[in-house]
Amino acid sequence: MNAADFLLELRCEEIPARMQAGARADLEKLFRKELDAAGLKPGAITVWSTPRRLALIARDLPLATQAVSEEAKGPRTSAPAQALEGFLRKTGLTKDQLTERDGVWFAITEKPGRATEDVLAAAIPAIIRAFPWPKSQRWGAASIATDALRWVRPLSGIVAILGEDLVECEVGGIRSGYATMGHRFHHSGEITIGGAHDYADKLRACHVIVDHVEREGLVRSQASAAAQAAGLVLVEDEGLVIENAGLTEWPVPLLGRFDEAFLDVPPEVIQLTARVNQKYFICRDANGKLANAFVCTANIAATDGGAAIVDGNRKVLAARLSDARFFWEQDKKKPLAAQAEKLGRITFHEKLGTVADKVARVAKLAEWLASEGIVPNCDPALARQAAELCKADLVTEMVGEFPELQGLMGGYYARAEGLPDAVADAIRDHYKPVGQGDDVPTAPVTVAVALADKLDTLRSFFAIDEKPTGSKDPFALRRAALGIIRLITENDLRMSAGEGDLLAFFADRLKVQQKEAGVRHDLIDAVFALGGEDDLVRLLARVHALQAFVGTEDGTNLLAGYKRAANILKKEEYTPAEAAYAPEPAEAALIAALDAAEPQAEGAVAAEDFTAAMAALASLRAPIDAFFDQVTVNDADANKRASRLGILSRFRAAVHKVADFSRIEG
Amino acid sequence: MADTAQPPLSLQDMILRLHAFWGDQGCLILQPYDMRMGAGTFHPATTLRALGPEPWNAAFVQPCRRPTDGRYGENPNRLQHYYQYQVILKPSPENLQELYLQSLAVIGIDPLVHDIRFVEDDWESPTLGAWGLGWEVWCDGMEVTQFTYFQQMGGFDCRPVAGELTYGLERLAMYIQGVDNVYDLAFNNHGVSYGDVFLENEKQMSKWNFEVADTDSLFEGFRRAEEECRRSLDANVPIAAYEQAIEASHLFNLLQARGVISVQERASYMGRVRDLARGSCEAYMAKFKDEWAAKYPEWAA
Repeated sequence: MNAADFLLELRCEEIPARMQAGARADLEKLFRKELDAAGLKPGAITVWSTPRRLALIARDLPLATQAVSEEAKGPRTSAPAQALEGFLRKTGLTKDQLTERDGVWFAITEKPGRATEDVLAAAIPAIIRAFPWPKSQRWGAASIATDALRWVRPLSGIVAILGEDLVECEVGGIRSGYATMGHRFHHSGEITIGGAHDYADKLRACHVIVDHVEREGLVRSQASAAAQAAGLVLVEDEGLVIENAGLTEWPVPLLGRFDEAFLDVPPEVIQLTARVNQKYFICRDANGKLANAFVCTANIAATDGGAAIVDGNRKVLAARLSDARFFWEQDKKKPLAAQAEKLGRITFHEKLGTVADKVARVAKLAEWLASEGIVPNCDPALARQAAELCKADLVTEMVGEFPELQGLMGGYYARAEGLPDAVADAIRDHYKPVGQGDDVPTAPVTVAVALADKLDTLRSFFAIDEKPTGSKDPFALRRAALGIIRLITENDLRMSAGEGDLLAFFADRLKVQQKEAGVRHDLIDAVFALGGEDDLVRLLARVHALQAFVGTEDGTNLLAGYKRAANILKKEEYTPAEAAYAPEPAEAALIAALDAAEPQAEGAVAAEDFTAAMAALASLRAPIDAFFDQVTVNDADANKRASRLGILSRFRAAVHKVADFSRIEG
Repeated sequence: MADTAQPPLSLQDMILRLHAFWGDQGCLILQPYDMRMGAGTFHPATTLRALGPEPWNAAFVQPCRRPTDGRYGENPNRLQHYYQYQVILKPSPENLQELYLQSLAVIGIDPLVHDIRFVEDDWESPTLGAWGLGWEVWCDGMEVTQFTYFQQMGGFDCRPVAGELTYGLERLAMYIQGVDNVYDLAFNNHGVSYGDVFLENEKQMSKWNFEVADTDSLFEGFRRAEEECRRSLDANVPIAAYEQAIEASHLFNLLQARGVISVQERASYMGRVRDLARGSCEAYMAKFKDEWAAKYPEWAA
């Protein structure tokens, strides 16, 4: 047998669930790196994790590394003696150990293969010492030394078996062995592992399912089954599946009920309380309404079938929900307007005043967006009211407890105090759109507040020169800009997005955002380069028409004609002159075409009919091609030359009425 | 919810069992520190003794005061005064988790009936310049203990690392006794409830914390504690200095409860308390540094 399976288990105190996926990847990466350095090629590698162990199995590991023969080229045999002496010193050999080939000395060293066991014995401590845990600690008596071993939590054991042979190694006072531990409560004492072949089975017999994928499957299916058995539907939550599988070695999902009276509290609050604080799944009834049930995942097969566990968890959830209900009721006692007064005590940014100051700016802006008709069909008074209250929930007890409910709770409180739905909806949704996939508000009051909030953020931070640089964007201004772009373009809002740096920032964000939609960034540049365009809706309409046009044969050829004209104009200097000669036919035709196209393009651009503007440009394609074919621009007659350059310049200017074609690639 | 036929442990019997257990493990059984503090970690037997190389094993009950958690005796779980059971073991023993689980067994928690879990919870006390890694220990979903391996205290690396266990005594007792309201806990097995002992206290102290306490005196007290701490540091009596840090920390908590510290000021007050605590730790280290270095060469390295 010249290959064997290798098992490595690193056992420690409970690894945080959220770190296990990363740890598995890191273990495999570090292991492969060590093998690679030794020239060992493993078969399939499997990595598993539980809260108390990381395990790696490498199949078909050769039992020794390949023998290698290394050859160093020395001096020619005819070279002076000093050269040979130097070579012998360098290699540490004597002359009779050298080999002569074609009149040149060679030193050949045979490196025998190393036993894989030895490679692994050195690799394991190296992997452990190099392991990149996001946070690690020292522990125990050894931690008196500055260079004490670090691990995510105290490391307690190493199993390292190649085939059936122990790979002996030691790190931080922990020696490798055949022994590991089973489930913390279902099995006492050590388990002796024979090797990779019996590892998972032996652990299973001791109530440890070492394969995390299997545990995730169990949590998923048994949680769902528990809900089904109660006539309910589990609200699927893959994050919870992974987390619960990462917290257990023997997962047992159990369903419990909580007092129906708690269902008065908004369902999002219940879900969050159950999920974040307790890692419970929640369920819906047949009508899709939140049910008074939860599914917790125990780590034991309890001797009483789980009755005490369910009861204990029910009590904890009840206490949490009482707190939530207390917050909900306390918060409702105070109108949002009264809550909003406390915003004056929260600093938004040291140079930008308090949150109350920000709210005042947002309210003014939201009202203006409505009264100017920029956000159509929007009642300015409602826009102002919603904006004034939109941050009030930040000081409520509930949002203090669950910051991720900001906005949503404000909406609930607004409705509870009888404010108009448009106001409540605007408060609820004004942070939207939050991410790429998030919906863009369309309700007018919501649009006004959402837009005003983000515009204010962006403008304020630009005003104090806090712009994003490279990967640094501490105030999430890129996200705000993206939100503004989506609010404006998806609601067709006609307004100036900004000027100067801010407009350039929008242009950058727009290019990134439109890339997803297949819009070419150079075309956006070509339109922005004309200057003076701060209306993103008009800009995009023009870019879309331009993209359609440059895709046509007319467009491609016109672009070629444009580039040729621009190149000539770049090189040649001339004094504009009147054509005091009879123009050639192609020359006359281009002049006539320009006479017709210029007003057409201009009129179409003014009317924002960009397709018509492109059509006007298309009408220049044949005349410009004919002109280049038939007319010599650089005529010996200075007057003709100047006049023809003038025509080309006119042509370029006509094209620029639509877009700066010099920015277009290809 | 006890798992034996006997009546469940009263609060005081639970404490006595923990004392007996940890005493058998070689811990000193200390008494509470006679100052108002927000957590057992403030006890000098934890904070100061976590510094330096000397072994230290102690267990004690520490009353904790969290003025903002007061609910006038109306909330079944929240109190402005409650007890923590604190164990500190330096260096942290290899079998600390096992010892802890045994201690749960002695107060009647059967790990094959109840779901005991170690859930990630990193601990940090900016006021003490301290942090550690560990877990909150869950029993059937309820946090019953904070389990921490101290990595730094007062801004100094813990060499060696101390293990700290902080049991929430009322919570555990409520669990063991199967009681939903803290005031219904059996304090002893002779008919005295937790409410008999503490309900009136909670009502009056909540009112004092939130409504009555004279804020001018509190501000003045804070200032004086700060000054006294510095004087003590100058006189090289770091334990006395540290007491003033404890005092300042509690006065700050009271000022918070009175709602007179703005969000902006909050960070600055916390920074001031931190400076006092760190200064005391630093002075404590400085005072014993040479002695420790002579006794523990690896520590000096």
